[in-house]
Amino acid sequence: MIGLFPKPPFLAAFNDARTLEIELLLNALTTFVPLAVGDDGGFHSPSIMDFFPEIVLFADTPFAINRLMLIRLLVVALLLVIFLVGTRQMRLVPGRFQSLIEYGFDFVDKGIAQDLLGKKDGRRFLPILMTFFFLVLASNITGIVPFLNISTTGLIGLPLVLALIAYVTWIYAGIKKHPGAFFKNALFPPGVPPILYIIVTPIEIVSTFIVRPVTHTLRLMMNMVVGHLLLVLFFAATHFFFFSAGGFFTLFGAGTLAFGIAFSFFEILVAVLQAYVFTILTAVYLQLALAEEH
Amino acid sequence: MLNALTLAAEAETKNPLIPEVYDIVWSLVAFAVILLVFWKVIIPRVTKTLDERAEVIEGGIARAESAQAEANAQLEKYNEMLAEARAEAGKIREQARVDGTKILTELKEQASAEAARITANASAQIEAERQAALVSLRSEVGSLALDLAAGVVGQSLSDDKKAAALVDSFLADLEASEKNGK
Repeated sequence: MIGLFPKPPFLAAFNDARTLEIELLLNALTTFVPLAVGDDGGFHSPSIMDFFPEIVLFADTPFAINRLMLIRLLVVALLLVIFLVGTRQMRLVPGRFQSLIEYGFDFVDKGIAQDLLGKKDGRRFLPILMTFFFLVLASNITGIVPFLNISTTGLIGLPLVLALIAYVTWIYAGIKKHPGAFFKNALFPPGVPPILYIIVTPIEIVSTFIVRPVTHTLRLMMNMVVGHLLLVLFFAATHFFFFSAGGFFTLFGAGTLAFGIAFSFFEILVAVLQAYVFTILTAVYLQLALAEEH
Repeated sequence: MLNALTLAAEAETKNPLIPEVYDIVWSLVAFAVILLVFWKVIIPRVTKTLDERAEVIEGGIARAESAQAEANAQLEKYNEMLAEARAEAGKIREQARVDGTKILTELKEQASAEAARITANASAQIEAERQAALVSLRSEVGSLALDLAAGVVGQSLSDDKKAAALVDSFLADLEASEKNGK
């Protein structure tokens, strides 16, 4: 489910596996209750269109707002409130809430930034890493919050924007650290026999400068999309079995409900893990760009 | 295998990999707002508190260390003083011992001198008494002997001079015989 390393084949295989899993489940379900799907409205099939609800404000402008954008703005507002209120009166001897804030802060500061980039560069890139972690975490977690029920990181915009910012940042950091030598080191790694550059350089171009931002984006987005589809599948099926099918099928409903609850907890883990992975990958890219020897 | 997913996707074609403009815009807004607040407000606040706390803890450690050093210095001083006092006491004890010995010796000397003096006095007195006794004995023994002799010879040896000479010669003879007898 989670590819920790930016290896495209793994990721693709993983996401494929998950998508396949859903399709199989869906197939199994449709064979059980073929009539229910789609026609009488008893079963809301999970669909990617969940991520494109109707526009409610500013339609046909770049600032169009739909349900997901409202959730995104809510997430931003909540993050601001939590952190601004939580750090308004910082005490030397922290209370519970402040301890929690400090724990989150230390997790990114010590656990990611300083651990991978060292004290100086860690402090330098802390704002961006901190923003990534908490924005992604908060956006992910809305996927299992009742009434919100969807992660805005499942919409490609946010992962793409963040991944591109990470991309620009690590290239900028690399060029600033090794002026003139950054791309040379990245594409023609020292210590490789020159003849091998015929193979190595194209691989490096593709893996470092093309695949990296793509996997960075898609890993997060796909995990959230698939998580959402799974949960919708389970809960929609539960709803259908309980209220539309009835009778004998109520037993199935109990099963799908249990799965839905289990996967909700699993999605909490995925939300935290994907936020962590997204942030730590950004830090790793920065570390690689800042490394003395490429 | 026509399932709901593909049906839905076919019905409303929307490629989830192509971002909508509003999606990008609101993502940028969200990122920018959070970044700005974290960068300019949250991180400085938390960092300040953490640094202050580190300072307090380090200050506490430094204070404890200085207190420890001070205590060590005091201890050393006290130990030194104690050693000094011990040495002083030892010196005093030694002095006392020496003084005691000296006093004892002096007393012994005095005592023996006194004893010697007493002994000397006593022997002098004894000698004097012996002499006195000797003298008195001599005169008494002389007169007794003379009386006895006068009685025996029936003649008065009233002539003192003669009598004394006789007694003296008798006694001298006696002493001489005593000496020879020794």
